[in-house]
Amino acid sequence: MTRTSTSQRSTGTIPMPGKLPVSLTVNGVETQLKVAPWTSLLDMLRDHLGLTGTKIGCDHGQCGACTVLVDGRRINSCLTLAVMKDGAKVTTIEGLVTDGTLHALQQAFIDHDAFQCGYCTPGQICSAAGLIAEGKAKSVDEIRELMSGNICRCGAYPNIVRAIQQAMGQP
Amino acid sequence: MIDFRYMRANDVADAVHQIAADPTAKFIAGGTNLIDLMKEDVERPSRLIDISRLPLRSVEETASGGLRIGALVPNSDLAYHPLIAQRYPMLASAILAGASAQLRNMASTGGNLLQRTRCYYFYDIATPCNKRQPGSGCSAIAGLNRMHAILGTSEACIATHPSDMCVALAALDATVHVTGQAGARAIAFADFHRLPEDTPQRDTNLETNEIVTAVELPGRGFAANYTYLKIRDRLSYAFALVSVAAALELEGDTIKEARLALGGVAHKPWRDPSAEAALRGQNIGESAFTRAADVVLRDAKGFGHNTFKIDLARRAIVRALTQAAAGTPQSQSSKKIA
Repeated sequence: MTRTSTSQRSTGTIPMPGKLPVSLTVNGVETQLKVAPWTSLLDMLRDHLGLTGTKIGCDHGQCGACTVLVDGRRINSCLTLAVMKDGAKVTTIEGLVTDGTLHALQQAFIDHDAFQCGYCTPGQICSAAGLIAEGKAKSVDEIRELMSGNICRCGAYPNIVRAIQQAMGQP
Repeated sequence: MIDFRYMRANDVADAVHQIAADPTAKFIAGGTNLIDLMKEDVERPSRLIDISRLPLRSVEETASGGLRIGALVPNSDLAYHPLIAQRYPMLASAILAGASAQLRNMASTGGNLLQRTRCYYFYDIATPCNKRQPGSGCSAIAGLNRMHAILGTSEACIATHPSDMCVALAALDATVHVTGQAGARAIAFADFHRLPEDTPQRDTNLETNEIVTAVELPGRGFAANYTYLKIRDRLSYAFALVSVAAALELEGDTIKEARLALGGVAHKPWRDPSAEAALRGQNIGESAFTRAADVVLRDAKGFGHNTFKIDLARRAIVRALTQAAAGTPQSQSSKKIA
């Protein structure tokens, strides 16, 4: 299955440089599209592919709401140029569901009420998926430290930590 | 963000050739600092030369017993590399004290060295800043300067270098390998970053057509007696108010060799050979550590909001040397300072 970008933005009267082709696998789907050089991976996911689960928070790498997995590693998509990730595999919050079943982290966040407004939650969950894959966090202190790139302004941190512990198989 | 062109470099020579052909171009690797600055219109490159695919990602042992770290090794990979964790735990600790897990996954070794200051006035293009616009004035000297420098400042600039990793690299006597049109050269870490003096627009002694290819560590890693102590406004994911990399080589209670470098206090990682000399031959203990702190801070100068840093630095140095001497390095996950 492949998909292509259909979105067209008005360029007004200002001449724009040529768009560049980029080819990525997004949530298992091979995707070809053309983007301007300055298009962030975040804007590409949201505006070109309609994957609005990934959130724009600060847009400066300070809040973690835009966290996605690129080739299995968690990164800030707001500070990533889409053209630089040509050939990469990107996983967003939408890609964590398999065959209609929630990812263990998604279920754990529900079980532990690990959010209030929910805006940071997709980034929290993608970041936690990266954290678990890295395998460096064992204790609560380590989970908290290695999740510090994800800010929750509602302050749901205690339940976020419990949800991650559940998904890690900790009692 | 302004209009720019995007190209890829095929190899190091091509990267150097491309940047030499366009003085308004910039290299991009991790992009964590550059993209941010471009969004703020602080950096306005005409083109970005993507070097992220160059083969500079290995960590190799050198003939002299050290390590050569490729410039594109991500910060997280470096911190968790078994040879770094074993032989240079102070470097691993400093890296893990900085930024967030996501940013460390993106940021490169070379890029970490080339981070620009986090001075609010440097970031705010509506205010004067000699670093951003030479000759326009420094807004921080009489402005909000809580995060600013207390050592090596000038009338033109009191900005600090934001890196944690570089503080450990300074203490470890690293060497920076660079390549330019004139060929390759090695720069001692102490000579890589600059003091502001009257040219604060230049952060480093890297020439505009040069690329960082590697950082080399000498054999001595101080794995037994070291610490990286970072003091900041919140427990994680914040820049240092003051940080201290301290490493000792002991014979019983006598200090045979000492390394001491500070972050958050100057335009570059601040390493003071005279303070290290003051520690050599002394017995470990608060009096020797306090004397060393007094040497480091002998010319420290506050600017109002940041004057507290002088006392904070003195105490952090004594605490860090105490941790190093006891072989109880600061944990970067448990935040208790022992």
